[in-house]
Amino acid sequence: MPSTIALTVTRYRPEGESEPTFQTYEVPFRKDWVILDALNHVKDNLDGSLSFRWSCRMGVCGSCGMKVNGTPKLTCATFLSDYLPGPIRVEPLDYFPVVRDLVVDLTDFMRKLKKVKPWIIRNEEKPLSEGEYLQTPDQVDTYKQFSMCINCMLCYSACPIYGLEPSFIGPAAIALAQRYNMDSRDEGATERLKILSEHDGLWQCTFVGECTKVCPKHVDPAGAIQQYKLTAATHWIKSLLLPWGTR
Amino acid sequence: MSTEPHYTLYHPRWYRRRVSVWWWLQNRSYTAFVLRELTSVFVAFFALVYLWQLRALVHGPEAYAQFLARLKTPRVLALDTVAFLFVLFHAITWFNLTPKAMVVRLRGKRVPDWVIVGLNYAAWLVLSGVVAFVLLRGR
Repeated sequence: MPSTIALTVTRYRPEGESEPTFQTYEVPFRKDWVILDALNHVKDNLDGSLSFRWSCRMGVCGSCGMKVNGTPKLTCATFLSDYLPGPIRVEPLDYFPVVRDLVVDLTDFMRKLKKVKPWIIRNEEKPLSEGEYLQTPDQVDTYKQFSMCINCMLCYSACPIYGLEPSFIGPAAIALAQRYNMDSRDEGATERLKILSEHDGLWQCTFVGECTKVCPKHVDPAGAIQQYKLTAATHWIKSLLLPWGTR
Repeated sequence: MSTEPHYTLYHPRWYRRRVSVWWWLQNRSYTAFVLRELTSVFVAFFALVYLWQLRALVHGPEAYAQFLARLKTPRVLALDTVAFLFVLFHAITWFNLTPKAMVVRLRGKRVPDWVIVGLNYAAWLVLSGVVAFVLLRGR
């Protein structure tokens, strides 16, 4: 087993550079280290100017998404030992503007996420005296998978459609819309369908399927989008056959 | 002239990478995806051949014999073989993707993916069998 491993990291310092460059650091190789540990080692001991985002170190916060050897990964869950003998190439996520080094700007996603109304919509709220909205375990089960999304943006970085058509609303936002559509307490499905049937919505997806492959939480955004397409198509046929029934 | 680098606080100079024209060669599943998109031309060709065949059939036995003779030329045979392989590729990838779009729940539990795929293949086999039976019955 080697004692060190080479980490080639994207550097972009907008105050002095017009384009990113690469810098290689030699970091200790430890079996129990993930890429994020190696980056923190660089930051603490070798080069304090390296910028990257991270928080929980346990695959919950979704901050440390980066490209490792070309594949979008959560760096807190990607072990150095899987990339022996190195070098390991760490780059910022694709298709998002790079702010500095490995930090990308996520404003575009935040705007799109809000657009799909990812919250429970009720036509009429129950009065408090009637108590909470109850759900059976089976009802929870129908949407639970989609609710596991941590907004880490690996799926956007894996989606060539988002790269080619930046207006595409994208995998995670659609999966999260589907999460609320499937929720037995929600009544906003028609409202969301209208938003997602627009030009930049779900029909932009051509089912490359990479979003599902890179998802660290097994959300299966590609599945969510295809199921949504089926719903949208059925809704459309119904509105043709029974124009009075789908209002 | 100031030697200070051009940098404005709170207005970061973002770097936006352009998507390369060769993005679909970057990984294998992108290439498979583009292959599926491009080879749909052959699927359309296959469908057109059937339409031509129907038209020849309508125009009487002579036209039909002429059509069949044209199908038997080596060039058309080669093209047809390639088209058939791509139609198979499309059919198989399509069946394998069905569980993504079709979520069937029985008694609150999701029916496993392989069952959905299996039922699709079974329906394909049964339908092909029925078609073959109808066509070969008179022989």
